[in-house]
Amino acid sequence: MKSCLKEFAKGIFRENPTFVLVLGLCPTLAVSVSVINGIGMGIAATFVLLGSNIIIAMIKNLIPERIRIPCFIVVIATFVTIAEMAMKAYSPALNRSLGIYVPLIVVNCMVLGRAEAYAKKSGILSSFFDGLGMGVGFTWALVLISAIREFFGSGQLVGRTVFKGFEPAFVLGMPPGALLVIGLLLGFFNVLKQRKGQREG
Amino acid sequence: MHDRLVVSTSPHLHAGESTSRIMWLVVLSLVPAGIAGVVIFGLSALGVIALGIASAVFAEALLEALTKRKITILDGSAFLTGLLLTYNLPPNVPFWLPIAGSVFSIAVGKHVFGGLGQNIFNPALVGRVFLIASWPRYMTSFTRPLAYDAVTQATPLAALKEGKSLEGISHLDLFLGLRGGCIGEVCIVALLAGALFLLVMGYISWHTPLSFILTTAAITFVFGPDGLFSGNWVFQILTGGLVLGAFFMATDYVTSPLTRKGQIIFGIGCGLITAVIRLWGGYPEGVSYAILMMNAATPVIDRFTKTRVYGTR
Repeated sequence: MKSCLKEFAKGIFRENPTFVLVLGLCPTLAVSVSVINGIGMGIAATFVLLGSNIIIAMIKNLIPERIRIPCFIVVIATFVTIAEMAMKAYSPALNRSLGIYVPLIVVNCMVLGRAEAYAKKSGILSSFFDGLGMGVGFTWALVLISAIREFFGSGQLVGRTVFKGFEPAFVLGMPPGALLVIGLLLGFFNVLKQRKGQREG
Repeated sequence: MHDRLVVSTSPHLHAGESTSRIMWLVVLSLVPAGIAGVVIFGLSALGVIALGIASAVFAEALLEALTKRKITILDGSAFLTGLLLTYNLPPNVPFWLPIAGSVFSIAVGKHVFGGLGQNIFNPALVGRVFLIASWPRYMTSFTRPLAYDAVTQATPLAALKEGKSLEGISHLDLFLGLRGGCIGEVCIVALLAGALFLLVMGYISWHTPLSFILTTAAITFVFGPDGLFSGNWVFQILTGGLVLGAFFMATDYVTSPLTRKGQIIFGIGCGLITAVIRLWGGYPEGVSYAILMMNAATPVIDRFTKTRVYGTR
């Protein structure tokens, strides 16, 4: 149980998919204009990650080594289809605003990366916790980036206006703003990591 | 006996120049254009300039204190960045606009890369482009010259883009700066006086500015509004930020090529991009984008124009 907790915790900070592994940047850059989008994308990706990690950990001995990537993709695509259908049925507005980036989770390198780097050589339970940790790590990173961009780029937070009279900087809602915010946050977390490394020697 | 024989490697003579001396002299050379801007647009322009400079210097001090580095606000580089940024702003912007722009220039344009000498892009232009993309409404409304009120007027280049007639403006008006525009870009004669000072002192060379301006003039002349070779190239030189950009921002030591040949390539590239944006782009003016794009190309230019070390092949 303790090791499961460790697998879960590593995705949150130490191996955070966005800020440390720098994986899955395409959806992060594209959908992080509002917190709602960020949460929706985070949950969808977490669901796919959990499903694909569990299934791949189950069938890892059946997959021939040479065609493992197509096999992973088929498993991942199945869960992406489920996620997209569920989103279309229960939250069509969110599905519209995420657009093409929901089906594109299929090629999200974070999901494929976990299958390749973890699930294909680990047990079902630890793969579950690995997927959950990575998913939560991805989600909080997305929420942080989209909160910054939504606040400074449109003056709102979760769709509500925060201050009256605040004139938002449009650029943060546009693609350059995404690169700028992610770049600055990456730098910030790197500094934190370095400081921590120095303290621990 | 030990003290009398000094053995050291070259260079042995110090020319007496320093970064801060050059920075402050560039600031000095920009003063006439600023005075002209204040005369033309009124005291609000002076307020914008002062706020921009103060917040640039403050941001530099704060960032250096936070990162525990030596505080270098007296070297004039932050002062110059703030000054150049505000010269690129319309005279009637809200008070927080120059502050936001200066802080962005210093923080993201300069210190993110490691401070003076490390930045890839001209910090003042980074700030200006950030402001244009963020608050286009304020960055594209210009007050009328000598009116000292909030009456706005399109810049000559914007009017040209919209296909309006330009008959009310003579070349002399443009030369003196009697037109809508940014604070520091309008008065060509004052800018040229400052540029001449820098050229005579040897702080900038003619290579970049001349190739920049000539390229822009040539292309806008060839692809004129009434068929080939009908463009009004004098108008194109005198409007927009071309003179300010060519002499004072494309010649920035940090972000432009080192060799003469490289500087000419840099100038031609800037002129080409400026002319293309002015003639066919979505914006009326393209000097800032042109310089920023060529800033990005500077390392490549430097690499291909590297001079041969004496004695090697």
